Amino acid sequence: ELTVRLICTTTAVQKRNVGASGPEKYTEAFIKKQIEEFNLGKRHLANMMGEDPETFTQEDIDRAIAYLFPSGLFDKRARPLMKHPTEVFPEQRKIQWGEDGRPFHFLFYTGKQSYYSLMHVSMLFVINNVSSQRKKGKNLAGSRWLTKIELEEMLLEKVSDNDYSRFIQLLQKLATLPCADIEEKYIQKFSKEVPAQLQKVVIEPLQHDERGVAFSTGEGKRKTARATAVVYDNGTGRITVNGIDILHYFPVLQDREQLLFPFQFLGRIGKHDMVCTVSGGGRSAQAGAIRLASAKALRSFVTEKEVEFMRQAGLLTVDPRVKERKKPGQEGPRRKFTWKKR
Amino acid sequence: MERYPATKGGGRGATATAPGRARPAPQEAESAADLPPLLLLHRPRALRRARSMALPRLLRAAAPRLYSTVPAPAPAPAPAGNRPRADDDKLLTEPLSHPDFFSVKELFTLKDLFDARVHLGHKKGCRHRFMEPYIFGCRLDQDIIDLDQTMQHLQLALNFTAHVAYRGGIILFVSRRRQFCHLVESTARACGEYAHTRYWQGGLLTNAHIQFGPGVRLPDLLIFLNTLNNVFEPHVAIRDAAKMNIPTVGVVDTNCNPCLITYPIPGNDDSPAAVELYCKLFRMTIIRAKDKRRQSEAVEELQRKAQGK
Repeated sequence: ELTVRLICTTTAVQKRNVGASGPEKYTEAFIKKQIEEFNLGKRHLANMMGEDPETFTQEDIDRAIAYLFPSGLFDKRARPLMKHPTEVFPEQRKIQWGEDGRPFHFLFYTGKQSYYSLMHVSMLFVINNVSSQRKKGKNLAGSRWLTKIELEEMLLEKVSDNDYSRFIQLLQKLATLPCADIEEKYIQKFSKEVPAQLQKVVIEPLQHDERGVAFSTGEGKRKTARATAVVYDNGTGRITVNGIDILHYFPVLQDREQLLFPFQFLGRIGKHDMVCTVSGGGRSAQAGAIRLASAKALRSFVTEKEVEFMRQAGLLTVDPRVKERKKPGQEGPRRKFTWKKR
Repeated sequence: MERYPATKGGGRGATATAPGRARPAPQEAESAADLPPLLLLHRPRALRRARSMALPRLLRAAAPRLYSTVPAPAPAPAPAGNRPRADDDKLLTEPLSHPDFFSVKELFTLKDLFDARVHLGHKKGCRHRFMEPYIFGCRLDQDIIDLDQTMQHLQLALNFTAHVAYRGGIILFVSRRRQFCHLVESTARACGEYAHTRYWQGGLLTNAHIQFGPGVRLPDLLIFLNTLNNVFEPHVAIRDAAKMNIPTVGVVDTNCNPCLITYPIPGNDDSPAAVELYCKLFRMTIIRAKDKRRQSEAVEELQRKAQGK
């Protein structure tokens, strides 16, 4: 007689690796339901806040949620949010074939239909272009191509590094050929404007006080110290810090050297007067802050070439070093506890 | 009416013939034509079987090719405008009773093939052993392909393609030649069929349900404009199509292996003229077959309406 053996398996074994199936897929019905719930919730929220449901914008929603659910979390993205489902759920690919099973796109069986159709269309432009002779190619200065991530977002499918580089090569080839308007418009879809000069530093012109003496101001910081310096022309080299002469404020030679460095570099030691205010930090930090402030102020007195020299010497760069935090399990930022063998 | 070709006997259509399973009961194999395509390879003189071969393979391809882990989907619900079974059978069986229903012979002549340099093969050193029956001779070390055989093979292949297109089958053009990639894709687009002239990902046919999603329909015919890939090795799709019981039509040059291809067409695959000729021929056959199908359906509709009244 056959004996039936009961095989017991734990639920852990029965449940397959859910993560391996890929990112969550949302059905159209689910998204629709979410949109309905969102619209309904929006109206409820408007009623709760005592506002008109018809004219309740997204900013009003954000303000209302921040008011009703105050959160002390540091990361803004971790706080409660209420947005339209299309912004919350990533866009997904719908079913690619019709009732009879025939796919809609003619490159469906390649696996990467959007990418390859893009290559096909670009190649079409290149082939049609080779024969005709038209005006010069598009000027590429001041524009950049789409990044890989932007291309992935555009195509809604993964693009590998090789594929991306091939696509950019094809676009560059198309751009070098003589193009007509259609091709220019096509290329524009994949290029982005780069701001010509990012934050060009403006050197302020010299100002004049009541006596007619030219002066200029500068601000500087180092560690926790903040300083402002006013440099006057036609001076004798007197420097005042917080109303006190530097010999008394900075007894240490090293700090005074730091203050004089910008003037020494430009060779203007006895020619300028300086009045500075400084707060925060320690002795060295305050000296560094004033140095930076005076260097910035001196830019107005000096030619562009010398400004470039100052920049290369490091006089105009903010020193980014700050005190590193102490970590748990260690005695200091880097120092570990004494290791004992037993 | 489901768009798939009609099943011979109702129950058989639901169970797919997966390659790993045993063949159906021997008494159901009516003729030698029921043998799987693997065993019918390399029959240059098997011209008589062409007609009867087309019928059972397509009938067996009614349900999508599935494996044991994925349950077979229920037959697609019939859309509005249900046509009775009797008419359906007539529409599908009538073309098979003619030897050349789509008059494929008149699309090309021997002179066309010669002008397009289809007879030129590779050098003697590149010759593949299995291509020797198709080679007419060798001149100054260059192999010349026998155009009479090419004519016959081409006619068979075009006829088969036309029948597949007539029945609404999915046709996939495959070529791994960068020169002709754009041409092949444009041809496929013009016919309303599909193309794959890019890097072949390993599991496209054999792992389709995981790569594309459950319920995907695989191609019913693969047409190779170039049997070799960029490294001069046989294209993976030939082997995969044979594994998945998908018939293949392929242009085989003197350095190619014609073994696993159902309808080989010995001919040149390197000259642009030859490839353009093949593309033109396939495009014309497919369009012709689809037009004929639409005409027949329209005629059927009119007849049914007349009878209904």
